[in-house]
Amino acid sequence: MPHQIPWLIFLLPVFSLIIISFILRPFFNHRPKLSGYVTIGAIGIACAFSFWVLAEVFGAPGHKLEIPDIQWVVIGDLSVHVGLMVDSLTAVMVVLVTLVSLMVQIYSQGYMHGDPGYHRYFAFMSLFTACMLGLVMADNLVFMFLFWEGVGLGSYLLIGFWFHRPSAANAAKKAFIVTRFGDLGFLAAILLLFYHTGTFDIAELHGLAIAGVLAGTTLTWVAIGIFAGAAGKSAQFPLHVWLPDAMEGPTPVSSLIHAATMVAAGVFLVARFSPLFEHSEVALTTVAAIGGFTAIFAASMGLVMTDIKRVLAYSTISQLGYMMLGLGTGGMAVGIIHLVNHAFFKCLLFLGAGSINHSTGTFDMREMGGLRKAMPWTFATFLIASLSLAGIWPFSGFWSKDDIVVSAFAGNSILFYLSMITVFMTAFYIFRVIFLTFGGEYRGGAPSEHGGHEPQGPHESSKVMVIPMVFLAAMSIFSGWFNITGGFNEFMGHAGHGHEVHSFAEGFFGMLTHPVALLSLLLAVLGILLAYAMYSAKWVSAVAVGRVFKPFYTLFSRKYWMDELYERVIVVRVLVDGIFAALDFFDARVVDGAVNGVAEGTAAAGKAVRRVQTGQLQVYAMAIAVGVVAIAVCYYVFG
Amino acid sequence: MDLDFSYLTAIIFLPIVGMIVIALLRDPQPKTIRLTALAFTLASFALSIAVFCLFDRSGGAVGQMQFEEKLSWIPAINAFYHLGVDGLSLPMVVLMTFLGVLTVLVSWKIELRLREYFIWLLLLETSILGVFCSLDLILFFLFWELELIPMYFLISIWGSGRKEYAANKYLIYTLVGSAMMLAGILSIYFITGSLSMMELAGLALAAPAIPLTAMFFLLLTGFAIKLPVFPLHTWLPDAHTNAPTAVSVILAGALLKMGGYGMIRLCVTIFPEVALRYAPLLVVLAVVGVLYGAAVTLRQKDLKRLIAYSSVSHMGYVLLGIFALNQISVTGATLQMFSHGIITGLLFAMVGLVYDKTHERNLDNLGGLARQMPVIVVVFSIAGLASLCLPGTSGFAAEFIIFIGSFSSVAVSGMQVYTLLGVLGIVLTAGYILWMLQQVFYGEPLEKFDGVPDADSIEKVCIFSFVGAIMLVGLYPAVLTDVIRLGVEPIIGLVGL
Repeated sequence: MPHQIPWLIFLLPVFSLIIISFILRPFFNHRPKLSGYVTIGAIGIACAFSFWVLAEVFGAPGHKLEIPDIQWVVIGDLSVHVGLMVDSLTAVMVVLVTLVSLMVQIYSQGYMHGDPGYHRYFAFMSLFTACMLGLVMADNLVFMFLFWEGVGLGSYLLIGFWFHRPSAANAAKKAFIVTRFGDLGFLAAILLLFYHTGTFDIAELHGLAIAGVLAGTTLTWVAIGIFAGAAGKSAQFPLHVWLPDAMEGPTPVSSLIHAATMVAAGVFLVARFSPLFEHSEVALTTVAAIGGFTAIFAASMGLVMTDIKRVLAYSTISQLGYMMLGLGTGGMAVGIIHLVNHAFFKCLLFLGAGSINHSTGTFDMREMGGLRKAMPWTFATFLIASLSLAGIWPFSGFWSKDDIVVSAFAGNSILFYLSMITVFMTAFYIFRVIFLTFGGEYRGGAPSEHGGHEPQGPHESSKVMVIPMVFLAAMSIFSGWFNITGGFNEFMGHAGHGHEVHSFAEGFFGMLTHPVALLSLLLAVLGILLAYAMYSAKWVSAVAVGRVFKPFYTLFSRKYWMDELYERVIVVRVLVDGIFAALDFFDARVVDGAVNGVAEGTAAAGKAVRRVQTGQLQVYAMAIAVGVVAIAVCYYVFG
Repeated sequence: MDLDFSYLTAIIFLPIVGMIVIALLRDPQPKTIRLTALAFTLASFALSIAVFCLFDRSGGAVGQMQFEEKLSWIPAINAFYHLGVDGLSLPMVVLMTFLGVLTVLVSWKIELRLREYFIWLLLLETSILGVFCSLDLILFFLFWELELIPMYFLISIWGSGRKEYAANKYLIYTLVGSAMMLAGILSIYFITGSLSMMELAGLALAAPAIPLTAMFFLLLTGFAIKLPVFPLHTWLPDAHTNAPTAVSVILAGALLKMGGYGMIRLCVTIFPEVALRYAPLLVVLAVVGVLYGAAVTLRQKDLKRLIAYSSVSHMGYVLLGIFALNQISVTGATLQMFSHGIITGLLFAMVGLVYDKTHERNLDNLGGLARQMPVIVVVFSIAGLASLCLPGTSGFAAEFIIFIGSFSSVAVSGMQVYTLLGVLGIVLTAGYILWMLQQVFYGEPLEKFDGVPDADSIEKVCIFSFVGAIMLVGLYPAVLTDVIRLGVEPIIGLVGL
């Protein structure tokens, strides 16, 4: 394979961005569809190349390709090169990113149809895809950080896509600033790594960690710093607050960026540095604990949300927590296979939500209902994705979630129990969504301001939106099967815990004999049953349940008051109106006051001195006489 | 280097020639004046680019002054008309000539006393270029002081708001610094009998009558006021807020850099040991400046004042880089001076554009302009993102190099902690930049701004040039760092860590 191919995967979306911004937007503004075609074409070719790369990597010795790099900047000991790292992890990620991105772009043509910002939308999507590909392929920390911030920029721009809405503008800003807190940790880790090793090259750092040169407290701090960055991007507690608000962006954006790819970048980052993490027990435990806690913490809030996208957002946070738990207890392959499966089914869930919104004009589940008949394709695909998310055999989610739960079982018992409760909650909240939106009777959709949708009533979306959903539904079934024989673990270079290589059929059914797998499957089914009992059969009134568990209900629906804590208390009260206001006052009154005081003092002194210069000769003579006497006295006394 | 053509003299004095031409024109059309100013600044810029291209980047050029010109000037005190550029000063010269061209474009719509305005503007350019090229202390000081005259008139005549107060404050504050600097220069001269920066570099001054520390701080105070260093910064927001746009661009873009340049060229180079001894103090001041500047910025409601305070914060990074005293950090500091020059220059240009079109600078009264100003919002956002240190822009390249350098510095103990505190500043920066962009551009379009024009073609040329420079340095910083390191290496060698 020519070395240019991996470069092209990254460059194609860049070209698409350039073509849209400098040719299509200025000169073909009246033909917005062109932007969509250019983006889809570029990402489609990139996707084909990605499969080629995957095949090459599969065949290469050590599952690694060598790509020559380019010198970027050299100052003394500081030397940075630009290069690509193409190993099994990269190959899987580029395929995933281009494939999901391609599906979302195709879908977007229908979803964004008629939006005045159509060109801008596809330009930003190209920018995001390019940065995401750069991130997964970068072979050194500086470039990884460049694209790391680049995907953050893409996210900022796309959350705030409808910037005329103050809520969107606020959400965009919040996302950027909260993730930047995590990025501080990442940046600190980069500085620390360079200080101790003098290199930014990821492969070299892996080598140093494996050889034990990079070890001890330094390694632990580095790993925790990297994890801080990952926690920001992947919305792990306590930096999770931005992701639910990020749902202000267009739904395909939520699907691609805030479910399938960018938020998974944190998981990817930890996986990329897994040799470092694996040599620090503290770091691994931190990752597992934060992940396990976030999984149940976010799921609890997902139980009570009424906005379909918010339920999915909390679900995403929770699933990312699972992936972190998997990385922390089971190793890289366990986390990454769930990342892949999750990308497909969660992307599909969001596309489904977008399709519903297109039909009903709302995201509020209280105004939906009965959509099963009107939107059969959306319903069928959404159901498949939900089964996969809930972890029902043999959908993809079952396999990867099970790997994680089994790993947790082998490791930390508290985390194992938390993850089992989360399994139950996950099945409950996603089937709550299913029964509320697709079951029962239609409750009328959005109020008449979205009048454009009303005359037709709920209806199935256009083909251009349905086809990507069908494709993703197929992936939501099958994508987990790649690891049934343990082949994925082997490809990733990790044996995984308690997973020996076995045949496909043996694994396919054999999993059902595993007690932990059976237990989690049982819990998932119970969750679905409870959702059925409350929202479909109405054996139990949801309102009554809410009343009984009122303190919990309030706690969950108010999101543990963390938004209030961060925004009202810390940012506004303590910082902006507190410390910063005090400093501003100090600056104006004390620092500048001193300057003006000196000036006034000088002026006053000048005035005083001016009075001495009376121009009267006898006064001067008197002063001279006094002076002479004084000098004489001094001479006498001291001399 | 033996060259027939005196490049540096031409670069420095072309603006003055332009000034004389404008002064002598008989009944000129406004357009003639503008084009004359543009032609001469462009010529100066073109020559500086020529110098940049011809500059010898080979290993042998380390520490060598290039394009030197030396003529006897005042033999009685051993003063020479001595010019030259090395890796440290060349980027500053290119920056100033670049800004020179763009400020003429920024000033295109000025109508009040047009001829006079351009005369002062061109004189200002010459004086700043002179500071960066001089290798003789008296010549350096002469150019340093010359800059005050046009600045005073530009602020007090073409400014707005409390312009006389701002102009007076600027003048007096800077003069206090200059007086100390002059005292420092004179002490150096009386002890060594030399005014040549090249001879003085690392000259071990044995048991001088005046303590080295005193000389160091006399010089440093002058530069610290200019940079500015906390707590000597309060002239800056006043001067910026009330100055006309082009002056803000030059002030933030190039004038502040005279402070940083002076610190490296004189304080560190002549007194490396003293610099090392007092590095902890200055590093602390740098970190305070970064965080304090950013915190105060977050409270500003006036767009121009906001950007002005952000300069205090960003120049803190320059100070941090310089007194971390290693090769990477000082290179980063020099790159940051260049980078801040174009980023903040562009930010001030953008504020000027928004103000020209809406006559509003208060953040509470602005909003929703993204629809009405599609080009301005894009460029303003790029400038803002560069300022908040987004990778791919020059802001990141420079600040990242400073962080790398200062984190591994051995000049000050506990440098890692100071660096991390400084890094914290980038979150605050993100806070005020994104808040500002939101206040100005996002939300529903306001009726009162219906029909405000977007940037016209001259403005586009100007702001796109800035963007091009920001991206070029951001994506390929080696274009400058390859030059800068030639100048920094020998200076850091003198510190001897």
